[in-house]
Amino acid sequence: MNRNLYDLIGLAASVCFILALKGLSHPKTARRGNLIGAFGATVATLLVFFFTGNKEDKNYHALPLHHLPLILGAVAIGLLVGVPAARKVQMTAMPQLVALFNGVGGGAAALVAIVEYLKLGTEATSAEVIATVFTVIVGSVSFSGSCITFAKLQELMTTRPVVFPGGRFVIALNVGGVFAAAGWVINSGGNTSLAVLGGLSLLFGVLFVLPVGGADVPIVISLLNAFTGLTVAASGYVLQATLLIVAGTLVGASGTILTRLMADAMGRSLFKTLFGAFTAKPQAATDAAEARPVKSGSPEDVAILLNYARRVVIVPGFGLAVAQAQHTVREMADVLAAKGIEVAYGIHPVAGRMPGHMNVLLAEANVPYEQLAEMEEVNPTFSQTDVALVIGANDVVNPAAKNTPGCPIYGMPILEVADAANVIFLKRSMRPGFAGIENELLYDPKTTLLFGDAKETLTKVVSALKSL
Amino acid sequence: MMSNGMALLAIFTLSVFVGFEVVSKVSSTLHTPLMSGANAIHGVILVGAIVVADHSSNNVELWLALTAIVLATINMVGGFVVTDRMLEMFKAKKK
Repeated sequence: MNRNLYDLIGLAASVCFILALKGLSHPKTARRGNLIGAFGATVATLLVFFFTGNKEDKNYHALPLHHLPLILGAVAIGLLVGVPAARKVQMTAMPQLVALFNGVGGGAAALVAIVEYLKLGTEATSAEVIATVFTVIVGSVSFSGSCITFAKLQELMTTRPVVFPGGRFVIALNVGGVFAAAGWVINSGGNTSLAVLGGLSLLFGVLFVLPVGGADVPIVISLLNAFTGLTVAASGYVLQATLLIVAGTLVGASGTILTRLMADAMGRSLFKTLFGAFTAKPQAATDAAEARPVKSGSPEDVAILLNYARRVVIVPGFGLAVAQAQHTVREMADVLAAKGIEVAYGIHPVAGRMPGHMNVLLAEANVPYEQLAEMEEVNPTFSQTDVALVIGANDVVNPAAKNTPGCPIYGMPILEVADAANVIFLKRSMRPGFAGIENELLYDPKTTLLFGDAKETLTKVVSALKSL
Repeated sequence: MMSNGMALLAIFTLSVFVGFEVVSKVSSTLHTPLMSGANAIHGVILVGAIVVADHSSNNVELWLALTAIVLATINMVGGFVVTDRMLEMFKAKKK
């Protein structure tokens, strides 16, 4: 009876996870889906405290749990760190937080497999050893790789691809080392071999993510997320815990699909992104054209251009988010709309730092949903647009993605703002965007540049607009 | 009845297909919250971490397991909270 109840509750938690992913795939049910997932995870966790599990399974444990106070203490520490981090994080910094959460999850899964392996010792079956090896490799890669994506997104390090001479050789050597260490663990086993395997895998995670350019980082986060899912599934296999296998596999499979969807939305080749490490060559720095003339204007000039437009498309980018200018943008859009000017927002799928990131930020500022246009909708309308106002975006409107084969963003679909009669860029400086590529459009005669903090300059534009 | 190992393999295989099917069509707007929600779900490794903490037979194993518990809790709880915050904003705009 007890045993069936335990399995049934575990099954119910698994169903919660399926419903969660299903819900998260549709806008209307997304929030409920997330809550269902949280409910399932809570139930699954509580289950461990009240049921022993099945005697014949490896996840059978004592009741009350050994070391219960320490376990509860560790959970409390996790709560004290995780909840405030998630609640207080600026929405602009959210992608790197997700990366970090994913990394610690991968680390946890690797540790679980290691501890179980240490305990099993020579009793472990070969299937268990292989599952452990898989978990240690993939979990470690996910952990260290996520740390590097965090550093890139937080701009603690350069966002450009990091490629060093002989890099390919070092990576090949590293991969060989990982396989050799895996063979060592499987053949003779022991703590030293496992530690070496973990160390080499951590190194591979770093080397794997370093050559990835800033624009491709979200794809890598999504992939590492799928990796962590598979790691959890493999840990579940070692522990004979069905729930972990289901949850981990669901995340692994859906994460793989999601990674592909993201790569498609960005027009990126998944293969090139992932194996950039093996094919990337050091690039010549693009610092040539610093002294070329550009046309810069005052907020008043911009206000006049906007005032006599019939249709304005606003292209928001990460710079807008950094300046917290989303509310000022909405105010400006309201003023323009009151003057009978048609306003739309052209949202690039990867505007910001992650797919959908900009929608979240604009939703926060109460921008009406109808005004948000996706790239495919808005691109054909640029030729009838008088002013394209690019705020803190760069790579997503860079024509180099169409015209310059070999540049890091070549092939990425862009917002075709060059088709508009006038283009205005609000920028802090002439610094290139996240991907580190020069934007030819900045030098185009129909482009006006307005330098400064997006929020300050927009406030000036709004007051100038009101006085016209 | 299948052997235990085979049963687990069957569960794995079927889960792969469910995982593929469930997210086959998602608008790019939801990519980030979906990734974040899936990320929180694999935090359920917390269950495994607690079990191995119970199993641990020496201090090294115990402390490794406790570290895993801290990390897994951060992953799970933080993941669900941050996803909810993202989705809360989507809801606000419908009003």
